[in-house]
Amino acid sequence: MSEALNIIQDPTLTYHQELLALARLGESTDDSLRYSDEYYEAKRKGALCDLNEGVMPYRPRYICPDYELLFQKGCTFLGLEPPKDLLEAVNALEIFYCHVPSITSFPVYLGDLDKLLEPFVRKEDRAFAKKVLGLFLRNIDRVQTDSFVHADIGPEDSVTGRILLELTEEMQLAIPNLTLKYDPEKTSDDFALACVRCMLKTAKPSFANHRMFVKEWGERYAIASCYNGLSIGGGGYTLPRLRLYECALGAGSPEDFLERELPRHIDLQLEYMDKRVKFIVEQSSFFKTNFLVTEGFVRQENFTGMFGVVGLAECCNHLLGITDKKKGFGMNEEATALGLKIMDAIDARVAAHEAPYCDAYGHRYRLHAQVGIDTDGMDDSPGTRIPIGVEPTMLEQLEVNEKFHPYFPTGTGDIFKFEETWLKTPEAVLAIIKGSLSNGLRYFSGYLENNDVVRVTGYLVKKSEIEKLRLKKQSLNNVTVFGMGAQDGGHALDRRVQQHDESAGQ
Amino acid sequence: MMKAPVNKIIPFSNVDGPGNRTAIFFQGCPFNCLFCHNPETIHLCRSCGLCVEKCPAGALGFDERGQVVWDSAKCVQCDSCIKICPHDASPRIRWMTVEDLLGEVRRAAPYIEGITTSGGECTLHNEFLIALFTEVRKLGKSCLVDSNGSFDFERDPRVLTVSEGVMLDVKAVEKAWSEKLISHPREIVLKNLDYLLSVGKLYEVRTVIFPGRDRENEETVRYVAEHIRDNCFYKIIRYRPYGVREKYQKLLGEFETEAGYAERFALLARGLGAKKAYVV
Repeated sequence: MSEALNIIQDPTLTYHQELLALARLGESTDDSLRYSDEYYEAKRKGALCDLNEGVMPYRPRYICPDYELLFQKGCTFLGLEPPKDLLEAVNALEIFYCHVPSITSFPVYLGDLDKLLEPFVRKEDRAFAKKVLGLFLRNIDRVQTDSFVHADIGPEDSVTGRILLELTEEMQLAIPNLTLKYDPEKTSDDFALACVRCMLKTAKPSFANHRMFVKEWGERYAIASCYNGLSIGGGGYTLPRLRLYECALGAGSPEDFLERELPRHIDLQLEYMDKRVKFIVEQSSFFKTNFLVTEGFVRQENFTGMFGVVGLAECCNHLLGITDKKKGFGMNEEATALGLKIMDAIDARVAAHEAPYCDAYGHRYRLHAQVGIDTDGMDDSPGTRIPIGVEPTMLEQLEVNEKFHPYFPTGTGDIFKFEETWLKTPEAVLAIIKGSLSNGLRYFSGYLENNDVVRVTGYLVKKSEIEKLRLKKQSLNNVTVFGMGAQDGGHALDRRVQQHDESAGQ
Repeated sequence: MMKAPVNKIIPFSNVDGPGNRTAIFFQGCPFNCLFCHNPETIHLCRSCGLCVEKCPAGALGFDERGQVVWDSAKCVQCDSCIKICPHDASPRIRWMTVEDLLGEVRRAAPYIEGITTSGGECTLHNEFLIALFTEVRKLGKSCLVDSNGSFDFERDPRVLTVSEGVMLDVKAVEKAWSEKLISHPREIVLKNLDYLLSVGKLYEVRTVIFPGRDRENEETVRYVAEHIRDNCFYKIIRYRPYGVREKYQKLLGEFETEAGYAERFALLARGLGAKKAYVV
């Protein structure tokens, strides 16, 4: 049976999912973009992974349009005037989103929705504004059917932000992903607490370290897809990843790895990125003719490449001969110190590489702690995370995270699953978030253990939708299948639960 | 160097006072409550050695003086030792100095509002608490005492001057019920209730509600509510058999108190003016 036939006979795929799968299949028939034999060998061994980006990139992986510009001057190509009221604003966004490409073919950045919509919301009666925003969120959930679709709010409190939180809680939808840009001086405790309550109940928003991102990207940055930091009016060309555990398999010792295998694999990944970036800019039509470019919604010079890594924990454990994960990376100072050494080496080598078409960032790629994919199994934990199932106390887990998060301007994060009583004490959760962000944590996600909407590795799925797939039924959300794979192969939903203190109270 | 026996430290706790707190559990308690759900914190280890041979991980042994010693690195937390212990004690404690504990508090400091000392009964180590709180306050963190009320705070109020207040258990008011339930005279507890209220150092009172004990429950809740009014929180706790010694489970109940039943007493308390009464 041909692969195409497999796709069109798969009972779990919706029509659009079939279409995307067929497009991917079609793209794979071309081989004009070639890499070195050594690259293919490393890929075959699983040390390098292209995240199935496809062999013929016809758009950058992630695109973060400047939606403010849409509201200022409209869009000629789409025939949109600058909106004059909330209905026009929401309508313009809904139309525009359908024309923002990405690796998933869905827009991975929907804008800083509170800032964009606040002037329009303020002119309306609150109940009416809430009704309109509710329909807007429903449109996004049913039309942009992919959990890597991501919206941002904050750092300041706003009517729009509050309504979006209320709706998020009431509607319990997996799409869009949502981030609060948190700054202790700009975000009021009251607004942050509303976000904590919403996060515990719906697994969103996550908390992004606003000051850290501003320092690296300037004020105009987006949190897109899972948790990718990128420029508004720009984006990310490509995101391949070093699977560090597999990279380490050929090394005889930590020293051998640092001197030989690691630099070799870094260079192979850089070769891949350079060729791909040049192809997107020079060969494909996107940067020449797409209206997003020609009308200035994105600028090519604001794009960069995302240099991804996964499996640092397993890499360190392997190199130190640690077989019991409970005594490995995250719980073991030697392993954690080796992890830092490896990250320093990756950081330095990538920073020394002159990258093509990354003008806004000193011609450099930026590091990304990739969250893993459904087929990674237990071999490579997401980015630099401590493996699921052996997490130490939350305090220790945060301390380890805080050491590694600063390396990754294009994104990293960790997720904490809370037991139900924490919903009664959102101020306790906020204290933890505040402390960790001020100590260098980049991105904090949390949810209650009994939720339907849960965060898998970086994206959200509904547990009830995973059950549909298990029954061979279709799920509208393209990402549900990844959630099922990550749960089955990587036990991604079995992370340690933060208990309340069991000894107290009796 | 002053040392105190510490049973457990929980870096992040959300149920031991306001915000996120580090909770420190000291070993040893002058009460012997039937419903205690961590009875292994009541007494200090007598080094009888019964647990040493039962430890499947080889984490327990004797030192040169014949004292039982615990190797935390080998321990797998299976609880075999505390299950076998006939003395309601635990070999898994650490004798810590104020500086040792401060090290733990400093680590957690960025994430917490303060610390809460509990037990066992932490006021058994009054001098230690005073020294610890004095240092913790220098870190800008608050200090709360979780107490069963056996310590006479009026006679020695020094710990109150370095803490934000006390979370007081009022477990029983009626005399016979009290003697049976906590094996200790209740007068000192009730005296502390009044005294701590009078000096504004009562953060919270807690009472456990037992299934089917209508009269005893009501008597306690009524007394507390009429005394505290809306001056502090009143935590009405549902009895849960988890961790309770088997023989006492038979006496008090093998099932937890139903939420609706406990809610009745919170309602009663609020009706009597204890506006900040709630069920957990």
